[in-house]
This record gives sequence, C-alpha cells and structure tokens, in this order.
Amino acid sequence: MRIVAEHLSYVYNAKSPFATAALRDVSLTIEEGEFFGIIGHTGSGKSTFVQHLNGLLRLPSSLKRRKKRPKCKKGELPPPETVLRVGEFDLTEKKTDFRALRKSVGMVFQYPEYQLFAETVRDDVAFGLKNFSAEKPSEEQIDGAVKAALEVVGLDYEEMKDKSPFELSGGQKRRVAIAGVIVTRPEVLVLDEPAAGLDPLGKKEVMELLHRLHREWCKTIVIVSHDMDEISENCTQAAVFSEGRVVCVLPPKELFRRADELTALGLDVPLTAKLVSALARRGVEVDCDFTTEDFVQNVLALWQAHGGKGGGA
Amino acid sequence: MKDVSFGQYYPVSSYVHRLDPRLKLLFLIAYIVAIFLASNFYGLAACAGVLVVIVIAARIPFGKVLRAVRGVVFLVIFTAALNILFYNGETVYASWWVFDITKEGLIFSAFLALRLVLLVVCSSLLTYTTTPVSLTDGVESLLTPLKWIKIPVHALALVMSIALRFIPILMDETERIKNAQKARGADFESGNLLKRIKAMVPVLVPLLLSAFRRADELGDAMDARCYTGSGKRTKYKKLRFTWRDLIAFLVGAALIAGVVLMKIYLPAPY
Ligand SMILES: Nc1ncnc2c1ncn2[C@@H]1O[C@H](COP(=O)(O)OP(=O)(O)OP(=O)(O)O)[C@@H](O)[C@H]1O
Ligand SMILES: [Mg+2]
Repeated sequence: MRIVAEHLSYVYNAKSPFATAALRDVSLTIEEGEFFGIIGHTGSGKSTFVQHLNGLLRLPSSLKRRKKRPKCKKGELPPPETVLRVGEFDLTEKKTDFRALRKSVGMVFQYPEYQLFAETVRDDVAFGLKNFSAEKPSEEQIDGAVKAALEVVGLDYEEMKDKSPFELSGGQKRRVAIAGVIVTRPEVLVLDEPAAGLDPLGKKEVMELLHRLHREWCKTIVIVSHDMDEISENCTQAAVFSEGRVVCVLPPKELFRRADELTALGLDVPLTAKLVSALARRGVEVDCDFTTEDFVQNVLALWQAHGGKGGGA
Repeated sequence: MKDVSFGQYYPVSSYVHRLDPRLKLLFLIAYIVAIFLASNFYGLAACAGVLVVIVIAARIPFGKVLRAVRGVVFLVIFTAALNILFYNGETVYASWWVFDITKEGLIFSAFLALRLVLLVVCSSLLTYTTTPVSLTDGVESLLTPLKWIKIPVHALALVMSIALRFIPILMDETERIKNAQKARGADFESGNLLKRIKAMVPVLVPLLLSAFRRADELGDAMDARCYTGSGKRTKYKKLRFTWRDLIAFLVGAALIAGVVLMKIYLPAPY
C-alpha cells in the first residue's frame, strides 16, 4: 500500500484558545515496501501525522465535501486540495471504511505496554483478531494466529499464553503489545517510538524484530523516532519534521550529509555523522552510508591505506 | 482534551479571571443562596441577568457555557418531568391515573429547571475563570478557621488540587488508550448500552492501572522532596483583596438584597 499525503494540515482544539497547529501543509509519499523513518524534534507533529494514517485523527469534514469547496476571490489561487490516500482508501472521502483501514494499517503507540488489559496474554493478543474478523473466529484459528504472532515477536507461545500480561517484564510486555497489533497481519505497520525507554540491548532487539516483521509480515513499516542512530541504521527513507512541516525526505545516507542543517533544527545527528564531520574538519574524507558497520569498515580501509599510522582521529 | 468543557480553566484575561478566588467562592455561595431564595420570576430573572453579565465580563463564549449545561440536560429534564407529574397544585390542566398536570406544577418545574441550569452555569464559570491552583488556595484560605479545631485544612486543599490536576491528565490518558484500542479494532460507538459498557473494559483497566501508577509516582516524588505538609509554608502567589474584589462583593450583596426584597414585596410566583 502506497501512502500519499498532500497539503495535510491539522489543528488541535481548533477555534479555542488552546488551538495548536500540529501539521502545516504536509506532503509526503511513502512507497510500498519501505522501512520509513520519521524524525523530528519533540512537538514537531510526528505522532499527529501517523495517527492520520489509520483514521484515528480525521480530516475536518469541511475538506471532505469536495464539490462545495470554498469559493475564492478572483486572482487568488484556490487553496491547494488536501489529499490523503492509504492504498485504496481515500481518507478525504466522506465514507471511509475505518475498520477495514485499521485492519490493513496496524498502529503501535508509544509505550504500547500500557494498553494491555486482558487476563491472559492469549486473550490480549486475540483482541484485535476478534474485533476485525467478519465472523467469530474459531478457537483453533485464534490459537494459530496468536501462536504465530507471539513467535514472530520472539516469545514462546506455550510458556506465555496463560500468563497475565501484567506479570511480564517491560520488554516482554512490549512484545506482547506488538503481537496484539500484528496478529491481523496488517500490510502497513506504524510504530510510534517503538524503542523508547528501553536499554541499548532492548533497542537493538526491537529493531531486529522490526526487520524480521518487514521481511515476513508487513510490507511497509513506518517508525517514528528521535533517535538518529536508530534511523540511520535501519531506515530506507527518512522524513524530517520540524514545527509541523516536512523539511526533507531522503535516504538516511543523503540526509546525514547535511548534518549542519539538522543540528540547526535542534536535531541530533548519528554518532557516525558527527565523526565523519569531525574527520572532515581535520582533512580526512570518509565516504560511508552512516551505519556503524559501514563507517568502521571505511575508516579501517582508510587507516590501512595510510599504512596503519594515519589520521588525527 | 477534546471536548472536556466542564470544569476546565478557560485561559483568557478578564476582570472575572483576576478576581480573588476567595471572593469568587463566596460569591458562588451567595449566588446559590440567592437562586434558592428567589421565589418569583423577577428574582430568578435578576439572577439570570447577573449571570449573563458575568459571562460577558469573563469573556467566555456563550457556546462554551451552553456546553457545560449540556452535561446536565438529562437531569434537568428528568426532575422537571417528575415535578410536572407529581406536584400537587390546584388549577388542573390535565389528569391521568395518579398524575395531574397543574398550573402550579408547571411553574414550579420551570423554576426548578432554571435554578439547576443557573447553578451549573455559575459553578462552571468559577472553574472556567479560576485556575485549579488559585481555587485551592482560595478554599484553603477560607477554611483557615477550621485549623483551630485541628482539621487538616492544608492536606485537604492539597488533595483537592491534586484531584483537579489529575482530571485533564486522565482525560488525555483515556483518549490515548481509546485510540490505541480503536487501532486494534475496538468499537465504542455502536451497539446497545450493554455492548458499549463492555467495550469500555479494555480502556478502563489500563486507565485504572495508570492512575495507580501515577499516584504512586507522585507520592514517591513528594517523599523524595521531603514534603510533609507541616510547618509554615509560604505561597508563590499571595491572595490579595483589591478594589476589583470590592466591586464584585457589592454586586453580590446587592443581588441578594434585591432578591430578598422582591421576595417580600412581589410575592406572586410569576
Ligand atoms: N491531544 C492533543 N491536544 C492538543 N494538542 C496536542 C495534542 N497532541 C499533540 N498536541 C500538540 O500538537 C503538536 C504536535 O504534537 P505531536 O504529538 O504530533 O508531536 P511529536 O512530534 O509526536 O512529539 P514527541 O516527539 O514529543 O512525541 C504539539 O505542539 C503538541 O503540543
Ligand atoms: Mg509523539
């Protein structure tokens, strides 16, 4: 499913003293099959944007009545038309089948472990399955689907299924919560800060899990993050948000060549990009795609080329 | 925080917003006394008129005020209907089984409904124009005499301010959890009452857990800062009575006096 947004704006608490413009004229295309990263400073509208993708935030109804668009005065350009399409779903249409949309676009919120509620892990994971199935799924179907989902997130079904979700460790809870979203096999999986609050090893494991999901379960993955290293190591494309606007959409490799611009936006750059620019200032040009591995290899290669005693770094 | 209009501070700057919270509290009490003292149409009209003036002076949009009323519409209609049916009056308009619809009953119900509406509007005006912090400061200050008989006024005020502070937090949290469950296909909008109540379970369980977690964390944080609530505490914002408050005080006193006078000299109920 291809995701297309054009001229998308969103204001929280419109027409009140609390009004905050969270998105301003955002245009963004996410191709099918991508591992897409969305980065930005806190409050830049990342979560607001992704919540549009499965209709949790809806376009104001004034935008939907396309035929009766506001007339504009002569000489003025008509306001640009808002477009929001997710696969075959057109969210500017009046009647969107939100259930079908949410079935194909899975959404994992920040700290998803706080949404667990059922008595057993199995029931919790099966919640979405039961909600989205047209007719009531049989116990075997549920067992099968829950087992597959738990296994893909790296948990043992037999050991887990009858436990209470509240007695698990934080990392396990998060896996159960993710399993509860992917159990319906959505085509697009959106995750808001999937690695927030985990230790470095936990982060790495979550990212490995996402790559596994990307290979085996969900065609497109969209993650929101403000950890630059996470984006540079994992994503195929990244969009930078700032104050409700999209600053640029580039593969991380291109993106971090513009380390200075990013820093000006208040964003951190990955460690590798910092090292590259530090080396560049000392006259050593390293050409890499900013993943740790590639950086290390390039630097090693350079070092060896200098006969093993180069550089001031 | 989408549609929580009842009890949410409405941040504009106005004469009413700047009044001393103690005065606003006393005014509210006086006002409530006035609407229940008012026994005829003129008295209630005077009360309603004063309220309209306050709303305008507070620069709160009327739509916002009406939304506060929306929450109690059911209650108002229900009590009014009961009163119409069961009030024992003399001039009977219609009668069926044990129910009589009388002129007096209709008037009484209309008055009651109006009183309820005024009550709700006036109390929500207090919270629209007063931040929770200054509200609790006001309550604490007004209750100071109770300290002499060893009632822990400060602790009570603290409980109140924490409760007020947690309302919007829990509202936000509810919204977030609801969204998360909606993303998993939960449906809160269709089905009969029982089905809707059942649909709330996946929201209420995490909400309760998170409320307990927050309460725990808050307690720990207060402990970590050695909060005991005892001893002399100074205030960040001192309450001060000014000329503004004097004017509002006079208006309140005039209202009550007016209502009492009307009660004596204009005894007809309408
Ligand atoms: N429910 C809400 N009600 C009102 N304003 C909101 C709400 N949610 C977000 N906002 C505001 O909208 C803006 C964008 O918020 P958003 O949550 O999309 O940012 P974000 O990029 O996800 O930030 P973070 O990295 O902190 O999660 C912020 O200014 C925020 O204050
Ligand atoms: Mg966010």
